[in-house]
Amino acid sequence: MNRHHATGIVTAFAWMVLGFLALPAFAVVPISFTDTRYLSMPDEHFSLQHWRAFLSSSEWHNSIWQSLWIATVSTLAAVVAGTLCAIGCWRVSSRWSERVRTAMILPMAVPTIVYALGIYRLYVDLDLVGSAIGIVFAHTVTGLPYVVLTVSASLANIDPRLEQAARGLGASVGQTLRWVIVPNVVPGILSGAIFAFIHSWDELIVVIFIGGRAFFTLPRRMWDGINDNLDPVIAVVATGMILFTLLVLSAELALRARRPKS
Amino acid sequence: MPSQNDARAGWRPRHGTYWLIILPALAMLVFLYLVPLADVLVTSITDPKPGLDNYLLLFTSTSVQKTLLTTLRIAALTTFIALLLGYVVAYAMRAANSSQQRLMLFCVLLPFWISVLVRSFAWIALLSSRGPVNAGLMAWGLIDEPLPLVRNETGVLIGMVHVMLPYAVLTLYANMRGIDVRLVAAARSLGASRFQAFRMVFLPLTRPGLIGAGTLVFILSLGFYVTPALLGGGKVLMIAEYVAVQINDTLRWGLGTMLATTLMLSVLFALWALSRIIDVKRLFGA
Repeated sequence: MNRHHATGIVTAFAWMVLGFLALPAFAVVPISFTDTRYLSMPDEHFSLQHWRAFLSSSEWHNSIWQSLWIATVSTLAAVVAGTLCAIGCWRVSSRWSERVRTAMILPMAVPTIVYALGIYRLYVDLDLVGSAIGIVFAHTVTGLPYVVLTVSASLANIDPRLEQAARGLGASVGQTLRWVIVPNVVPGILSGAIFAFIHSWDELIVVIFIGGRAFFTLPRRMWDGINDNLDPVIAVVATGMILFTLLVLSAELALRARRPKS
Repeated sequence: MPSQNDARAGWRPRHGTYWLIILPALAMLVFLYLVPLADVLVTSITDPKPGLDNYLLLFTSTSVQKTLLTTLRIAALTTFIALLLGYVVAYAMRAANSSQQRLMLFCVLLPFWISVLVRSFAWIALLSSRGPVNAGLMAWGLIDEPLPLVRNETGVLIGMVHVMLPYAVLTLYANMRGIDVRLVAAARSLGASRFQAFRMVFLPLTRPGLIGAGTLVFILSLGFYVTPALLGGGKVLMIAEYVAVQINDTLRWGLGTMLATTLMLSVLFALWALSRIIDVKRLFGA
């Protein structure tokens, strides 16, 4: 076979696969403008009826609001705790701190359903099912790995002697953190924050178990909607979620572009 | 940081403060993560009565075995397809110029960050009998009747490959980037055909990538809940959904926690085994 021919076929096939990866999610955009009452592409003309239904629905508004503030609070908590943890592990740098750092990644590796059972049982005992603080804590601890990983990656590029120098010049640990270490890992912290935020924003399985009757975050209401009736309003919500994710992700990419290459 | 060993020795007394700032995250991990997981494990051997009775169900209950088989079959098929497609994409990415490469990487990462729920929903809409895929196939005259693409195993496979493919591509690509292409050129100059050079030089060098990507995809596929539940339409019961059903509908905590524990231990064991071959932390983006 001709050389260019073979390479051409491989590349063309690769682009088809890439199309399969990148495009399908966007099908929800035209579907959200359908003029029918069921899930389909617009039949005769584009219609805003489902967007109007979404905009006038207090249920969906509540869900957006709940999702937003739960994600914000748990991201803040995960960023503070995760950054401190990553810095501590970096500075201690012993066998035990390495183990701590490995353990922090567990929530990414263990299937969510297992954790959902466990946290549900704990919250039944503590009477935290259906409580805001319960969900925030669960999303914080499962968001920690993202922050620990990204901040650790940033720290790997810092010369440890910087810290040594600051301490040698009389700075306290607090001052060293505040003025020397943290400013050097801001990109890592922000990336971690973005990932932790998306994690909470998208999280479904844990909320199904511990949300009780009070908490219907956006993913949970979507899940119920898909299982109940496949109303095209869900396509509107899905469109909104994709737009939001793209927005947050482009912020991450902009940060990455500014970060010095290691 | 092994190179810091000597400098560190004199620093130990000051490490107390740094352990202190590790503490909040560590405490949360222990009390809000590890304790609940341990509780799942304990429940699996104490509910309804102490013993390994729940684990016997792995060998005696036909519905449990059916679920396990379905899970293994779908995870294996997903892995196979994701490796095949992922290999082609990673191969093309490696050969592409840098601007093409960036666009390709973007296409791989984009679905990675769109929620699995949204993607599963999009697939339901695309693959349903009145959906655009079937409409398109019928308009071209390729089929007369809509194909059953969703609410069955086909739908689950399409959805799961879509979710797992980025993991396969990224792992394979990382491996391929480290391969010295001059080896392939050398094989060619020694008289190997293009295909021979690929099969006897390049392919063996990508074996670690294939093993790493395959294990990772397989492990992650085992625990899937949302995609099989939505695209399988309740007909394709994988282990995670089966566990949820046990807890939510039939309140069989012993059985549910036993399966959850089995799932967790299998995944952790496989990850541990994998970590002996490749740097697992890299896979999670470190």
